[in-house]
Amino acid sequence: MRSLIDVMDLSTQEIEELINTAEDIIANPDQYAHACDRKKLATLFFEPSTRTRMSFEAAMYELGGHVISMSEASSSSAAKGESVADTAKTVSNYVDIIAMRHPKEGAALVAANNVNIPVINAGDGGHSHPTQTLADLLTIYREKGHFNDLTIGFCGDLKFGRTVHSLAGAMARYPGVKFVLISPEELKLPSYVKKNILQPAGIPYEQTTDLEGAMDQLDILYMTRVQRERFFNEEDYLRLKDRYILTEEKLKKAPESMIVMHPLPRVNEISVAVDDDPRACYFKQVLNGKYMRMALILKLLKEAGTL
Amino acid sequence: MNIDSIQNGIVIDHISAGKGMKLVQLLDLDRDDMTVAIIKNVHSQKMGKKDIIKIDADIPVNLDVIGYVDPDATVNIIKDGKLTEKKTIERPKELTGVIRCKNPRCITSVEQELRHVFRLREDGYRCIYCETKAE
Repeated sequence: MRSLIDVMDLSTQEIEELINTAEDIIANPDQYAHACDRKKLATLFFEPSTRTRMSFEAAMYELGGHVISMSEASSSSAAKGESVADTAKTVSNYVDIIAMRHPKEGAALVAANNVNIPVINAGDGGHSHPTQTLADLLTIYREKGHFNDLTIGFCGDLKFGRTVHSLAGAMARYPGVKFVLISPEELKLPSYVKKNILQPAGIPYEQTTDLEGAMDQLDILYMTRVQRERFFNEEDYLRLKDRYILTEEKLKKAPESMIVMHPLPRVNEISVAVDDDPRACYFKQVLNGKYMRMALILKLLKEAGTL
Repeated sequence: MNIDSIQNGIVIDHISAGKGMKLVQLLDLDRDDMTVAIIKNVHSQKMGKKDIIKIDADIPVNLDVIGYVDPDATVNIIKDGKLTEKKTIERPKELTGVIRCKNPRCITSVEQELRHVFRLREDGYRCIYCETKAE
């Protein structure tokens, strides 16, 4: 049974197909309004999330399907000690597809290995969040028109930032792509990501701590939040959280054609004043995420023979 | 130093010096119900020094464990005092229930019944759930 656990499970051709479907949904929403009639999505969220959960729910509703959800994880069977496998097996009897978020890495894979319906990983700890990457890819495609020959600056928490690792992996498959890795020393891109993703693909990259100095060469600036929940030590978090703040002033050094992306939620790393700049694309990413989730639900249900 | 030859059992030879004890531990040979000889730092013309394990019991041995610890080791099956079979050792593509993931953020850290599975990647074995590298 085909599930989506990591974005690298999708070939570049499949990503292109998903983008084409998403573009068609955007152009012809009415044609998809009953595509998932009588089908049900379960959103199993074992940790709080506003946007991802609502995005999945909105996606399924716009396809004409239904959504059932687990109440707060703290009051669900998980709190009574039920395993992820048992919860997934139980829920799979009620629905056609599952979107799951869990604080532990690999939880979605455990679910997928134990059910006979598709499972979409909606975030498993710091490990993987493939539908965020699909949102990022549609945004890049819609704003730039292509994936080749782009210079992407990743800024902020490159150590724990799963969105950075996933997007870097997905973009490393296109020719002519370069990365500029902007982070404090403590939050540099892990060496295993460089060794497993950048080096085999022969991707040129430079590492710097200087955001302003790197800006003029970028096609895309991908900002990230320093996430409190990824730190064991509160002191380290407080010291690093406001290291990079993108302001209008700093953005003056960026090319007019550069776009600013962020997986959201943001805290302080992008000044609110930047929102009015035409280069700010982070709220477009949110909308694009819904369209890519619609395209993904359609693809997986079709492959499962449900549609 | 003389160690008696075995009648029915297994000889794991050509183990890189220093890895014999790890094999004993992972193969669960440290038990009371059989005779096991662990010979460390044996002189070898080819390897300089090597470890050898002799198991005087006809028990199944997980070749994946040997392939994980030392793919260059050799495994000889002895029956009635004679060498009857040489097993080919390869690095296994997947290791199940042999080593444990140490990542506290991994799902295996909270779900006790879940088997720990590692897959061979470019840079060694990584947990299939969280991608953490095996130590």
